[in-house]
Amino acid sequence: MSRRIYVNGAVWLLLLTAALWLPLIGGYMALASRVLVYALAAMGLNLLLGFTGCMSFGEAAYFGLGGYGTGLFLTHLTHSTVLAVVAGTIVGGLAAFLFGPLVMRRRGIYFAMITVAIGQIFYFIAERWNSFTGGEDGLAGFSRQPLHLGFATVPLDAVAFYYFVLFFFAIGAGVIALLLHSPLGHTFIAIRENRRRAQFLGIHVERYVWASFAIAGVIAGLAGALNALQNNFISPINLYWVESGNLVIMAVLGGMRSFWGPLVGAIIFVGIQDYVSSYFPNNWETFIGGLFIVAVIFFPNGILGIVRWRMKAA
Amino acid sequence: MSLLRLTNISRVFGKLVALQNVELEMEEGRLYAVIGPNGAGKTTLFNLISGFFPATSGEIWFDGRQINRVPAADRVALGLVRTFQITEVFPELSVFENVRIGVEAEARCSTRPWPGGALIRQINERVEELLETTGLGAQAGRIVSELAHGDQRVVEVTMALSRRPKLLLLDEPTAGMGQEETAHMVRLIRDLHVRQQQSILFIEHDMDLVFGIADRITVLNYGKVLATGTPRDVAADPLVQAAYLGEAAA
Repeated sequence: MSRRIYVNGAVWLLLLTAALWLPLIGGYMALASRVLVYALAAMGLNLLLGFTGCMSFGEAAYFGLGGYGTGLFLTHLTHSTVLAVVAGTIVGGLAAFLFGPLVMRRRGIYFAMITVAIGQIFYFIAERWNSFTGGEDGLAGFSRQPLHLGFATVPLDAVAFYYFVLFFFAIGAGVIALLLHSPLGHTFIAIRENRRRAQFLGIHVERYVWASFAIAGVIAGLAGALNALQNNFISPINLYWVESGNLVIMAVLGGMRSFWGPLVGAIIFVGIQDYVSSYFPNNWETFIGGLFIVAVIFFPNGILGIVRWRMKAA
Repeated sequence: MSLLRLTNISRVFGKLVALQNVELEMEEGRLYAVIGPNGAGKTTLFNLISGFFPATSGEIWFDGRQINRVPAADRVALGLVRTFQITEVFPELSVFENVRIGVEAEARCSTRPWPGGALIRQINERVEELLETTGLGAQAGRIVSELAHGDQRVVEVTMALSRRPKLLLLDEPTAGMGQEETAHMVRLIRDLHVRQQQSILFIEHDMDLVFGIADRITVLNYGKVLATGTPRDVAADPLVQAAYLGEAAA
């Protein structure tokens, strides 16, 4: 119990002070924002993957839709960055909510396949609908606007934007944490552990899978909205199944049974992507792939799985 | 009025007739056993009653309602809760957490994302009360997959009790247990029956155990009811003797 408080305190302290220490170890704030964006999406996915036991391979759909929602909202409707984030979150969450009934009855590989299929539908729509989404060139022409806080106007430069992302990351992570310690979260975990037992305790498993899917979609939408603002750009690539796979890799690499696992996975993934791709621009993915294979074979519970195992042994 | 009534129940899998025209009636507060050799259709019968799959024909009545088309999860809410022949628990969770899932479902709060403190206290108290009832209090914090087989089965029974069943269905509660574990489970079943007037329908393989505790027994063989009655009547039935001891004894 108390160890958890220390771990959480340390994580939040490191995230809050990133602007102070990150440049000292050769990082930069835009990289940190990217890590948080992907960590948030992977944590949302992990609610489904690690805590409800549903193999979703289409989370990029809601991540990308969140991005398009935000981008289109800023292009056509508003100059409020915060409202655009809210809009993107709603678009991503609503899509997951509406498609939930299609996926909730499927299990295992069938669940994975149908989530991929739905994701690909959105990918092709975004790629073909030139007039609305910008087609395969992506949607540009919007940019994050300064924040009006009443007493001051804050331009969202790299540092300010990092804290802007951290604010929403904290909301998303907080919601997930509360959920996991509630009856609803207990029920998700029960479904992961044993569907049949859950069903014969009177739990309507499918409805809960739907709920978990929708909540994961909301979180992915929020992360996608922040991603669009990070790049001032959104393209169909963010909806593509490879992006879904990246989120799964982050969750598995970091440890899908751990709350912070996806954050650790995102740090490793985005870090390798950034560092290795400056030396090997065309095959940085080989490194990720290799690491992923090693992790799945030797540390099936991810990096945090090893940490926990060693602490238990000690 | 009977608590459970099966009328003319049959179940066919392809060409296999697993159950044929089975009749069964059980009053409230009884301890009722279904016995029969391997493949007699005992578990199929449980699967029909609990809603695992539907009957091919016939009617299932529970507590005054025809429940043929009621989904499994809803039958639990009506008061029909089962355990499985091969233990079904939440293996990576603690004993406490296992039972809490059922208590939360019973309190109809499984959908609550942020419960109040009073509700949490109420739930935890109920979990502890249940663990005391079945003698698992000392093991509350242990991970279920690390428990002995017999204790895991007791966890499953405790989870079933968490839904306050009107009828508790136990599928071979002592399967795979040693002598001591079996004695513990038998004591638990008898206690629930005697002290709490819990209605229990159970499947059992072990004849001695059944004859020792059941009020009434139904014997199944090849998917048909061979005999129904008190342990004494059933033991004396020549058809039952034949089925269990072989044709030569008949």
